[in-house]
Amino acid sequence: MFTTNVRRIVKTGFTNFWRNGIVSISSVLMMTVTLSVIIALLLSSVLFSLTLDRIKNEIDINVYATTIATPEEVLKLKQDLEFLPEVDSIEYISREQALANFKDRHRNDEQTLQALDELDENPLGAVLNIKAKEISQYAGIAKFLESKTALVDAEVSVIEKVNYYQNKIIIDRLNKIINAINKFGVALAMILIIVSILITFNTIRLAIFISREEIKIMRLVGANNSYIRGPFIFEGIMYGVISAIISVILFYPLLFWLNPFIENIFLVDLLSYYFSHILMFFSVSFVAGVLFGIISSVLAVRKYLKI
Amino acid sequence: MIYFDKVTKKYQDGIKVVNDVSLTIEPEEFVSIVGHSGAGKTTLLRMLLGEEVPTNGVVFFESTNINKIKKNQMNKYRRRIGIVFQDFRLLPNRTAYENVAFAMEAAGRNDNEVVSDVPHVLNLVDLGEKHGSFPRELSGGEQQRVAIARAIVNQPDVLIADEPTGNLDPDNANDIIKILQKINELGTTVILTTHNKAIIDLLGRKRVITMEGGEVVRDKNGGYVL
Repeated sequence: MFTTNVRRIVKTGFTNFWRNGIVSISSVLMMTVTLSVIIALLLSSVLFSLTLDRIKNEIDINVYATTIATPEEVLKLKQDLEFLPEVDSIEYISREQALANFKDRHRNDEQTLQALDELDENPLGAVLNIKAKEISQYAGIAKFLESKTALVDAEVSVIEKVNYYQNKIIIDRLNKIINAINKFGVALAMILIIVSILITFNTIRLAIFISREEIKIMRLVGANNSYIRGPFIFEGIMYGVISAIISVILFYPLLFWLNPFIENIFLVDLLSYYFSHILMFFSVSFVAGVLFGIISSVLAVRKYLKI
Repeated sequence: MIYFDKVTKKYQDGIKVVNDVSLTIEPEEFVSIVGHSGAGKTTLLRMLLGEEVPTNGVVFFESTNINKIKKNQMNKYRRRIGIVFQDFRLLPNRTAYENVAFAMEAAGRNDNEVVSDVPHVLNLVDLGEKHGSFPRELSGGEQQRVAIARAIVNQPDVLIADEPTGNLDPDNANDIIKILQKINELGTTVILTTHNKAIIDLLGRKRVITMEGGEVVRDKNGGYVL
């Protein structure tokens, strides 16, 4: 009997979906909008985090050693720094390498190169490029370097200059932006999702409102509640599945069209990210769609079953 | 079989729609209830269906007190009663066949029973040809015949017909009454409400209960007196 009932419910759900053409289409469209909002929010959060990661990677502290510091002294400093838990990696650039880099950077600037040639010796000191694990940790590293400079004040300091304080403003600002995006992004996403869920819910409620007389008749003919509810829930599930498929497909041409612009601005290839994570996007919208469909149908039918 | 014991129904504004009605309806009887609109006919039937609860008194179906039937058992009880309404109340998105089949499926009948019984019942109401039509494609008389087919397909003990001819022209009305009589002859108790004198005349010497202002004012065989 159970399988017979399930089969009948599924069949009735399909038939109703087909015969209520316009109502079904509008429900699917509304649900598609909701699921597309969710996908778009997922994609933009991916975009932001990938971009931020890239920007974070470009930030570092440069420690310029004095010209009299020996490579051993600088490497000792590097070793000391590597003991700090905040430090992710340190790149050592020797005096010779620094000079080569400098010349390369100014290869079109004859005057500077000439001026450099006038000098007897290499005017550049070795450089340490320090990357922290988190942006907020640069302050700690800078403090450590400061104490290092102070400590060796009596003797001859190895450190000529730390450029943290020039970078500090940018680092601080970036930190604020990241925090703001995290906070407002989540809030905005929540509001968008709630609004579209409410709209979907209302559309399905309207679809079932149209059938309220039918529900009454079914009860008077002697159908039990779960048998009446079944096809409506199944229709809700169908709305969810179809909308999930539509929205996932919809993002292909959309991203294809937008990707050049996105790549230009953010330097992130969102299209290939979407391709490689297509299953994740489909499962999220599938689960969300089916869940919305079931919940809104159950809530909407419940109202008319209280005779 | 059906017993109304001193039943009163009062609404919140204090007006008594049904006032101290006691009635017995025997198995296989054909009973007509007549009266003006607002006489309390429909309220009486709604109490029999368990849609309304009496303010005072008790309604029995066989030995069951209808008001004591639990909510989740109500659908089982309702399957023992077939109902036909003035406004047909067919499921608009289902064909004649599917409307009748729905009542069987809701009652938990298996597919073989559905496939064999539905055409049979549709033939009984002379609609075998139009089983694939939607309600909007059928005339009023045809829709009412679908409703009757739906009401009797589960072989109920009682068939309630609440003003079944109210929306029909005389010819169609006569057809419907003939079908109801045929169903009654096959052994189903029929309760019919109407305010159409011609219908009562058609039924000859069958029992007629006259209601007025919520009370039973006459209960005799034959004759339409208002």
